[in-house]
Amino acid sequence: MIQFLRHVRYVMSENPVTVAAFVMFAIIVILALFGPWIVPYDPLASNMRIALSPPNWAHPFGTDQLGRDVLSRVIASARLDLGIAVSAVALSFLIGSALGCSAGFYGGWTDRIVGRVSDTIMAFPLFVLAMGIVAAMGNSIENIIYATAIINLPFYARVSRAETYIRRNAGFVHAARLSGNTNARILATQIFPNILPPMMVQISLNMGWAVLNAAGLSFIGLGVRPPDAEWGIMVAEGATYIISGEWWLALFPGAALMLAVFCFNLLGDGLRDMVDPLRRT
Amino acid sequence: MTAKPMLSVENLSVEFKTRNGIVPAVCDVSFAVQKGETVGIVGESGSGKSVSAYTVIGLLDDAGRVSSGTTNFDGVNLTESTESELCDIRGREISMIFQNPRAALNPIRPVGRQIEDVLRRHAQATRQNARTRAIEMLKKVKIVDPEHRYWSYPFELSGGMCQRVMIAIALACNPRLLIADEPTTGLDVTTQKATMDLIKDLTQERHMSVVLITHDLGMAATYCDRIVVMKKGKIVEAATVNDLFSNPQHPYTQKLIAASPGPNSCLEDLNAIPDEMVDVENVVRMPASPKPKTFPNDKLLEVIDLVKVFPKSSGQIKHRWPWAKTDPTEHEFRAVDGISFKMRRGESIGLVGESGCGKSTTSSMLTRLLDPTSGSIVFDGEDIGAIPAEKFARMAQRTKIQMVFQDATDSLNPRFSVIDAISDPLKRLKGMRNGKDIEDKVRELAARVGLPEHLLRRFPHQLSGGQKARVGIARAIAVEPQLLILDEPTSALDVSVQAVVLQLLDQLRRDTNMSYLFVSHDLNVVRLLCDRVIVMNRGQIVEEGMADDVLRNPQAAYTKTLIEAIPKVHAGLRD
Repeated sequence: MIQFLRHVRYVMSENPVTVAAFVMFAIIVILALFGPWIVPYDPLASNMRIALSPPNWAHPFGTDQLGRDVLSRVIASARLDLGIAVSAVALSFLIGSALGCSAGFYGGWTDRIVGRVSDTIMAFPLFVLAMGIVAAMGNSIENIIYATAIINLPFYARVSRAETYIRRNAGFVHAARLSGNTNARILATQIFPNILPPMMVQISLNMGWAVLNAAGLSFIGLGVRPPDAEWGIMVAEGATYIISGEWWLALFPGAALMLAVFCFNLLGDGLRDMVDPLRRT
Repeated sequence: MTAKPMLSVENLSVEFKTRNGIVPAVCDVSFAVQKGETVGIVGESGSGKSVSAYTVIGLLDDAGRVSSGTTNFDGVNLTESTESELCDIRGREISMIFQNPRAALNPIRPVGRQIEDVLRRHAQATRQNARTRAIEMLKKVKIVDPEHRYWSYPFELSGGMCQRVMIAIALACNPRLLIADEPTTGLDVTTQKATMDLIKDLTQERHMSVVLITHDLGMAATYCDRIVVMKKGKIVEAATVNDLFSNPQHPYTQKLIAASPGPNSCLEDLNAIPDEMVDVENVVRMPASPKPKTFPNDKLLEVIDLVKVFPKSSGQIKHRWPWAKTDPTEHEFRAVDGISFKMRRGESIGLVGESGCGKSTTSSMLTRLLDPTSGSIVFDGEDIGAIPAEKFARMAQRTKIQMVFQDATDSLNPRFSVIDAISDPLKRLKGMRNGKDIEDKVRELAARVGLPEHLLRRFPHQLSGGQKARVGIARAIAVEPQLLILDEPTSALDVSVQAVVLQLLDQLRRDTNMSYLFVSHDLNVVRLLCDRVIVMNRGQIVEEGMADDVLRNPQAAYTKTLIEAIPKVHAGLRD
């Protein structure tokens, strides 16, 4: 453990960008976990007297058309957006890598079926597919999660298939077979841990997409419904006021969204360096 | 030797910047190469021999830095030359042959074009005559049908042919100095001999100087005039071949010579303990128990007419209409073509042959990782060849046949610590569940193979090659097999480590009465450990007999060429 921390410190010291990404990530996670206790105002409480007031000391991000505090709403959104992204990515990681690993390891028909299914998913414009799924299955947060998970599935399946395929004839796999391991066990205990580092990068990038995807769906009115605070909805609602000069409504949630996605994209490389013992240069 | 040397390296030190601070790779190295002379730089891995050569040619990577000293090539100071000056020198004056020819060639460019590139770069040919010059070079390196091979891509050529192309590229501009960095690693002995002879002929014909970097003392002895021995970045000894072998001065050189198996040495002669293993010396040097008796009639293994047929890859099949009738034999490659042999309990047999002869396929079938096409494998009175490989993994017989793999690094899961790796077969095959019992057993096994206890928690990348080999052996013997298949267990190791591992294997055999099937390409090594040898070529057994008889008095023509091709350490003692 101490060794791991030392290693983390080394990776950090080598790359200041990683430090920035991790700091940002920590802030987002803290906001998501403790948001309801941090917020200065109730994100849902409207106060018509101060509606559409620009940023000031009492309301640093201003207030919206119903007089709700934009800062509180941006903070409160972190939990919902991150929650959707994490559960969607977890779901597609679990299912996608299970499918991809077995496709890469067993080959033959398993490989063909998994390959064609993921090709089929990839053939759709992914956002349109997500829209279609949510529209067909009903407008709820669970369905946004499923839709996001489904459109991300092929990426995990492909990465894990490729990584498994190059390892399936490695010496240690043969050695494990000689030690009496069954195929399923070899896959789970020998190969899977070894494909984690490249998957880590994929997870981190995907988190960014998933956040963007969830926000995008809400933006066009699918999934999260008002009055719930969510970055996409806030941007959508704020967009109509930009023309009349109330820029803060769309800018702050939009910036939060951008920073979150940016942070996840940066995180990938640092995460891989930390997880992979062999890339300790 | 009075003339000014062609290349002189003076007090060269190179250091590398790593996360653990600055690590010196080469310390205060000086040597000189005269015109027309072949100098061998010999050392084990990590001795800094390649780094010295890369520094000379200016190909040191970014982390490395020359901290002091100079390299002089015919009056030009190479350490102070700019990159563009070096570019002119590289290829035209000094050229290099790399370790892995296939990796050194551009995979998407025809080889002829790659020879043209270097000619054109140094204005040795014009667009009009480049092609003829390239074909000429291919002819010089004895490539058959050069006009046709000009258009070949590296993947279409064998390893030996790729190395010939590399030589053609290196010599295309008539350089005055050739640096050959382990030019024959990964090549078969006969190919190795052909390649080295070619380098020797071509360089002698042009009065070129050669720096030959190698870990193989035998090769250095055969092809060099002078030898520089390096250890941990320092030169420990430099002498002519005759002096070095007849009267080695430095203890390290003596150790290295002692560790190289020759046709007459026996296992006890190879007394080499690498520095890193000094602390386990007492474990390795247990008093030798008497050689086990072999029971002439107690058959452990009988292989009868074993055949393995692989379908040919589609690239080799002529494309035809799918409904056209084809001869099925045309689409198959017979990797193992009807071999039969018997093995007695406690006996150890060497399986020798060059790459592609089917020896690895045979060992995979015997370990039941691969299903044979036909034939039977009778092990301990039972035909295990008929049991599908998938099912065999779960059977009790699995414990009786185990294997030590060729590449110790590849055969250890990078995410398993030593203790996990060794305990895996104990948990799966012996059904051991109690953590304490398992740990005790692992400790016992580790002690047996001479693995210090503090290494048990480490991961493979934190171990040296020799230590990884020990882990592999400990894992294989954990379930007390009766037959241990050793698939070139020492081919990736330095000579001194190889000697220690061979002694360890011999010791284990005496203690446990296991049978060994030792698969190797090196007859000298096989002789040390095996009673009998089987020589294979193209999937068939060409010769079989007692190890010493086969080596001293080979019958088959193939065995003769194989033995001829082994570079002899003691060739240094020419008279």
